Formats: sequence, structure tokens, C-alpha cells
Amino acid sequence: MRIRKGNRDTREFFTALGFLMPNFLGFAVFGAGPVLFSLVVSFSNWNLQHTVPFRWTVLDNYIMMMKDKAFWMYFFNTVYFMLGMPVAIAGSLLLAILLSQKLRGVIVYRTLFYLPCITSGVALMILWKALYNPDFGPINTIMNWALAKLGINHLLILLGGKAVSAPQWLLSTKNLLAMSVEEIKMTLGQWGLGARDALIFMGIWVAIGGNNMILYIAALSNVPQELYEAAEIDGAGKWAIFKNVTWPQLAPTTFFIVVMSFIGGLQGGFEQARVMTGGGPAGTTTTLTYYIYVKAFEEFQIGYASAMSWILFMIIFAVTLVNWKFGARELNY
Amino acid sequence: MKSSGIKRSGFSEWWYRKGKYAASHLLLTFLSITTLLPFLWMVLASFKPLDELEQLNPIPRAWRPGNYLKVFEKIPFHLYYFNSLFVAAWVTFLTCLTSAMAAFAFARLRWRGRDQVFRLYLATLMIPGVVVMIPNFTLMVKMHLLDSYLGLIVPASFSAFGTFLLRQFMLTIPPSLDESAAIEGASHWQIFWDIIMPLARPGLITLAVFTFMGNYMSFFWPLILVKSEHLRTLPIGMLYFDTLYGRQTNLIMAASVMNIIPLIVFFIVSQKFIIKGIQLGAVKG
Repeated sequence: MRIRKGNRDTREFFTALGFLMPNFLGFAVFGAGPVLFSLVVSFSNWNLQHTVPFRWTVLDNYIMMMKDKAFWMYFFNTVYFMLGMPVAIAGSLLLAILLSQKLRGVIVYRTLFYLPCITSGVALMILWKALYNPDFGPINTIMNWALAKLGINHLLILLGGKAVSAPQWLLSTKNLLAMSVEEIKMTLGQWGLGARDALIFMGIWVAIGGNNMILYIAALSNVPQELYEAAEIDGAGKWAIFKNVTWPQLAPTTFFIVVMSFIGGLQGGFEQARVMTGGGPAGTTTTLTYYIYVKAFEEFQIGYASAMSWILFMIIFAVTLVNWKFGARELNY
Repeated sequence: MKSSGIKRSGFSEWWYRKGKYAASHLLLTFLSITTLLPFLWMVLASFKPLDELEQLNPIPRAWRPGNYLKVFEKIPFHLYYFNSLFVAAWVTFLTCLTSAMAAFAFARLRWRGRDQVFRLYLATLMIPGVVVMIPNFTLMVKMHLLDSYLGLIVPASFSAFGTFLLRQFMLTIPPSLDESAAIEGASHWQIFWDIIMPLARPGLITLAVFTFMGNYMSFFWPLILVKSEHLRTLPIGMLYFDTLYGRQTNLIMAASVMNIIPLIVFFIVSQKFIIKGIQLGAVKG
């Protein structure tokens, strides 16, 4: 049988279409379509409860957003939560270096470190809520015991200070940057440990032995051994080797991890807010995603929520472009 | 002083190595215990009577394994288990099938516009979940799929990430295989099903593991979609359990333990694939 080339191309095209169709349809209906739909809706005042008649409001939602003090506050919260990022990434690197030595039982350690990441979710958040409970949580039980029995407060008073009490954690608006509640500015009285820091600590605990550690381990095993040998022959010390060999070799991985954490951070905080704090106290743990959720699914202001989600999308898009421009084409392990 | 490069005598070298070895183990053990402490507290608290919870003693004075049974009396925990596994299993199956078919079209067939369409797929990887959540929710309302298994399963069953991952896998399979099969008269579907799929098995397992775990823990979508109790998945069930019985921390902890045990088992069994998957494309978000 003779088939002309053009014909075969067409046939191949239809075969490909057949294979692609199930996924592509789903992708169009539940992915690409919704993105465009939400852009269109963001120019309207659509309210699911029909309390106001539908109207095209063009840019009203976006203007409202710019003037919405809460939006900026929650945007700031989202950024605040990213403060844990450098600590978590540095920790992952440290663990990866420790695990890259020739030691017995490395796999066991790796598994243990990975446990918080693999189990992270509602159950762990409920656990941490209990851990942070100021009345019977173990963290404060131990802190109070230490303050009283080890004489820390005694010492503070002797030194002319004031006695301290254990933090109220998830119930407190205090934070380590001393940010005030209503505005984005510092107020000295706000300094302390509160809900935001509590969530950051938990986040570090989850992230430190997680995917980033795995990526670093793989990257470390790919650093050419000759580089280390050459550096040792030159008589370089431990720190010098790390600074001049390991760190530059890990740069593409670090870049990837930072970008991904940043993208994750921009969308983060929803589960924590929904499960642990309800976004409080006084909105200090409300992030953008949680605010969008409240607007859309509790107040049914679909138009406004869509506008905010599109702004979030645009920011993430910008970060991704930076990644495409400056990141490594592919991370190969 | 830079000392590590300087040659030591054999004896001190031996001590240096031993010391370093011991110090590393000590540090790693300490860090592992720190990581595990919250889990340890969770397990111990789940066996305590309620009045012992706020006491300093970590080990329960009176062991109450019955706490675990009480959870089932308070909430239909077995139903949540079933819902989570049922939904996750379906989503995993559908995701793997549709992703593999699409990946086959991208990796093994030659057609016009292929690379452009693939780039479009890649671009959607960065769409934040919350953007599509609102339209998908209204879509479910319109299709009367709110509060149903179908609504939980179908929208979660199409993955651009899965397509990307499997395409990478399929590209590594030598093209001579399907060429010779085509000469022998095999259809495209036969090539896909009998040749490519078995060879792409490591990739498929990796994708299956990630999809299953991700769906087992998925929170946002079931939260807005499920209204009736009998459809709640584990995370949603846990949330309401905590809201209703939050003061009975020992029971809550028992439920949390039961919630994460399947994950830990699953992880230990499929560790190899998870590690590989993280390295291959890095998990989304």
C-alpha cells in the first residue's frame, strides 16, 4: 500500500489528537478555561448570593484592592511568613552536607528528617496547635517550668529586669519584628513571640528536612570530586572549600530552591490559617490565599476574589519569568 | 590557620577520623530526635487520659489505648479513611492514564504544533491553585457536582505536571523500539500500551506515588466542595473533629496518629520513587 507523505502526516496528527484529547479536555475545562474565566469575572461585581445585581465594573475591583488596607496588610503577612525561608534553606543545606558523608545509617537519618514533610497537612497542624496551646501545650509547660524552677525569672529580677511569662503563641499578635496590628509600621510594645512566629517555626520544622534537603543531597553528589581534591592539595581549609567549591557548584540548585520557595510562599498560609488560627488574632496570620478564600467562599464576592487571585498570578508569573531567564535550563541529577 | 590540608601522622589521623565520625553521628542523632519530638508527644498524648495532658510527665501514668476506639465512636473515621483512599485511588488512576497518553503524544509522535502545545502545558504549571479554584467551584455548582464523589475526583484528575514528568521519561526510551513495532504492523495504541507503558513504569510509579499522596492530603478542594458528612475525606473530617471536640486533645491526637500512619508506611515503601521524583522535576509549589 502506498501512502503519500502528506496523508501520513495528517493521520499522525489525528492519532496524536486522540492520545492528547482526554488530558487536553480536562486541562481546558479545569485549567486554562478557569484562568480566563476568572480574569473575565474580575472585571465584574459578580456575587454568588445575588445580593447585588450583576454589573461589569471594569477596573473597580482592582482599584478597590489598591485602597483596601486589609489587602496590603495581608500581603505584608504573606511576605512576613517568608522570613523563615532563608533559615529553612540554610538548614536543609546543612543537613544535606551532614548526610553526604560516608556514614552508616544515612538512609535512616534521611527518612527521619523527611517525616515532617511527608506527613505535613491538617493532622500535623492540629498537632502543632496543641503543642502551642498556652494552657496545656508542652512548649509552654516546659517554658513555665524552666522560668520558675530554673530561676530564670529570679535572675531577671535580680538583674533589675521584669519577670517574663511564656508567650501566648497562636493567641498573640506580638511578633519578632514588632509590627503593629492595624498598620504596616513598628510599635515597640508589639515585640515578642506570637502567632506569626509560631507558624514560621512550624514551617521551618516541616521544610528543613523536606524536598530541598533531597535536592541538595543530589546536587552535592554531583560536585566533581576532583574539585575537592584540588582544593585540598592547595591547602584550603574547610570553610574555604565550602565557599569556593561547594557553594558555587550548588548555585543553580539554590537558585531553583529559592524561586520555588518564593512561589510557594506567595500562595502559602491557607491551611495554617484555616486549621490553626482562623487567620487571627486580629488578622495577623491571614495571608493572601486565605483572604481570597474568605472573600470568595465565605462572603461570596467572586469578582473581588478573582481580581486578587489574578494579581497573585501576575506576581508569580513575574517570578517564573525571572527563573526562566536566569535559572539553569534543567537541573540534572 | 589552615590545618586540614596539612598531613597528620597516621595515629592522629586515625583519631581525627574516628572523632569526626562520632561527632557526625552525635549531631545527626540529636537533630533526628529534635525532629521527632513533636511526633513523640503526639503518640504519647494519644494514650493519655485527658487530665494527664497538661502535666509535665511525658510518659502516661495510666495508658488509655481505648482513646483510639473512642475516636470511632465520636466520628465515622473509617468512612473518612474510605473516602480519602477511594478518591485518591481514582484520581491516581485517571491522572496516570491521561498523563501517559498525552505524554505519548508529546514524546513519541511527530505532529505539527507539538512543541507549541507542550510549551502551553509547561506554562500552566505555574498557575496558582487558588486562581482556578473559584471558577471550578462555580462550574461544579452549575454541573450539580457539588458535594459528590465525581466532583472530588474529576477536576483533580488532569495534571500538566504528570504529562511533563512522563514525557521526560518516555524521551529516554530508544525510538528504534516503536519503529520496528510499526514496521511489524502494530497500531499506535499497541505501541503505547504494550511497548511504551511497560518501559515507562518507573515514571508511572513515581507519578502515581506523588498523585496519591498529594490527593490523600488535599485540603482546599474538598473543603469547599464537600458539604455532607458522609463525603468528608480525612483532612476535612479531622478539621471538623478538631472544631467540635478540640478540648479532648488526647482523642484528637489519636485521630492524627491514625491519619499519618498510612503516609509513613507508604513513604517507607515507596521511598525510592519519591526521592527520584523530587529530583526529576521537583514537586510543584
